[in-house]
Amino acid sequence: MMDQTPAIMILVPVFASLALTLIGPLGHRAAYGLLIISIAGSLAAALATMVQVVQTGQAVHYRMGDWIPPMGIELVIDHLSAGVLVLISACALLTAIYSMHTARQDNPDRLNHYYALFALLVAGLLGMTATGDVFNLYVLLEISALSSYGLLARGKGKAYYATFRYLMMGTIGASFYLLGVGYIYIMTGSLNMADLAEILSRPELEASVSVRIGFSLIILGVWIKMALFPLHAWLPNAYSRAGTTTACLIAPLMTKVSVYVMLRIMFTVFSADYIFQQIAWSRLVIYLASAAAVLGMITALSQRDLRKMLTYIIVAEIGYLTGGAWLANTAGYTGAVYHILADGLMTLCLFMAVGAIIYRTGESTAAAMQGLFQRMPVTAGVLLVAAASVVGVPPTCGFFSKWYLLQGAVKAGEWVFVAALIIAGLLAAILFFRLLERAFFGRLEDAVTENGSEKSQEVPRKIRLEEAPLTMLLPLVITGAALFGLGIYTNEVVQYLIRWSMPAGI
Amino acid sequence: MDELFYFIIAKYNYWAALVLLFIGLFGMIVKNNLMKKIIGMVIFQTAILLFIVSIGVKRGATVPILQFSPDKQPLLDATAYANPLPHVLILTAIVVGVAVLGVALALLQKIQRVHGTIEEDEILEDMRK
Repeated sequence: MMDQTPAIMILVPVFASLALTLIGPLGHRAAYGLLIISIAGSLAAALATMVQVVQTGQAVHYRMGDWIPPMGIELVIDHLSAGVLVLISACALLTAIYSMHTARQDNPDRLNHYYALFALLVAGLLGMTATGDVFNLYVLLEISALSSYGLLARGKGKAYYATFRYLMMGTIGASFYLLGVGYIYIMTGSLNMADLAEILSRPELEASVSVRIGFSLIILGVWIKMALFPLHAWLPNAYSRAGTTTACLIAPLMTKVSVYVMLRIMFTVFSADYIFQQIAWSRLVIYLASAAAVLGMITALSQRDLRKMLTYIIVAEIGYLTGGAWLANTAGYTGAVYHILADGLMTLCLFMAVGAIIYRTGESTAAAMQGLFQRMPVTAGVLLVAAASVVGVPPTCGFFSKWYLLQGAVKAGEWVFVAALIIAGLLAAILFFRLLERAFFGRLEDAVTENGSEKSQEVPRKIRLEEAPLTMLLPLVITGAALFGLGIYTNEVVQYLIRWSMPAGI
Repeated sequence: MDELFYFIIAKYNYWAALVLLFIGLFGMIVKNNLMKKIIGMVIFQTAILLFIVSIGVKRGATVPILQFSPDKQPLLDATAYANPLPHVLILTAIVVGVAVLGVALALLQKIQRVHGTIEEDEILEDMRK
């Protein structure tokens, strides 16, 4: 049983997804229960695998169908993927619990189909993280992308066109990835990551133009998927028009898993030495990342819609992650990996808090924040914690990832990235200060006048304490606590997970 | 001139894939009609599939099933068999492509119902209202 955990982790949501399409007549409670049970099963399997990896200090290799790699497909769970797997399943479980009211509100009909796509997306993301085969990764990338198109398009109205554009961009990204894999396959004849790493390190392939083009195409494809500036245009519209549950599930996970894929390709399949000696454009990436961080935050600052604001914060955070990875030193890599975990939780927390606000007030502009501390004190408190983490206030986890990234940037002498990190942090501080000032000192009457006078009868109803339902509040508080928890246990995370996954040569 | 000619002819499968790739990309980026964008997307994907499947071609090779010589000895010469892996990969990729096309068409139908048009500029105008 224990040695089957890597397969169980991925297969449980797949089968749950199949079952969910069939249990429509049993009603929404059955669907909700099945979803939570299946994802909790995934989380348990992911935790068990992580414990095994940390205890033995070795990666778990699982041969699918007992075919010997490099012919067969293997799942490889090392220290890096173990952490990301736990993050994915934990975020998905929290979102599943959170979805009780919001998912039903967004999908009055056929809730079980919505949950089927939910489970399929989780399975795709877990598979992308666990797989040790570049073509298998492509298939799982498309499985998660297709289910995310389905989920985002349940947002109604304007969401259809936004999803269509995301589909176009996502397909271009995945196709570039596939084309790159084709180039690499022509040169090496292998698709297994460990095998590829061995073949690509041979001196005769060092100067091969085909391998360089293959690498560039794969990275370009992954960048489109993770919405790195200037390839981010599809993200804000697609995410901000989705239903609340969909946004909570997809926003923290899709882009982070794509970043994880980038790290895998960069450091497992290729190596730091290869990238920085053979790829001419590798030094420019840090400027792209800096631009993403600063421009993402500036655009976020100019948004009125709360969720759109958050989506531009994601764009900025992707800049941090990319920059950390391409600094190619120990601190930068540590920062990037740690920030995958931290930013996953931060984004989840922000989207959940905003989702709860939208659920109660029914509006998503900044005016919904007015007097939030009086109306929804718990939600507002958690939002404050998440904001502190995005800005980088200790002891939240956002501080530590930024600390590592800054250290890495200084060590590498990339002063542009140092400046970008500091400026983006300050911009985030301004952004959240504006929001929280309104939430703390804003009077409810002002909110009403801003939205037109016809709503004035609703004022007495709004002043009452209207906290979100318990199923929304509980995951929200857990995520907020996790931001502190991850921050406090930074040393342990770095020592037991990230140190071990440090690629050779950086 | 001859060299260039042979350079193109010798690798004609790559050139064909490249031309299709750019036709598809052009359609996806430039066309205003969303249906034409989808057609562009399909051409783009197909170009990549053709590229990868064409590398599996081996003249004079046989199917990758173990063959026996007349005296019942297995023929273990790897060069006698075609590599099945590119075909298998592309079979999977075709399935993925069909799924993407299905989702894209479903979305297009929804867009048409909501906005009453599938021309991109008209949709954007409709959304601004």
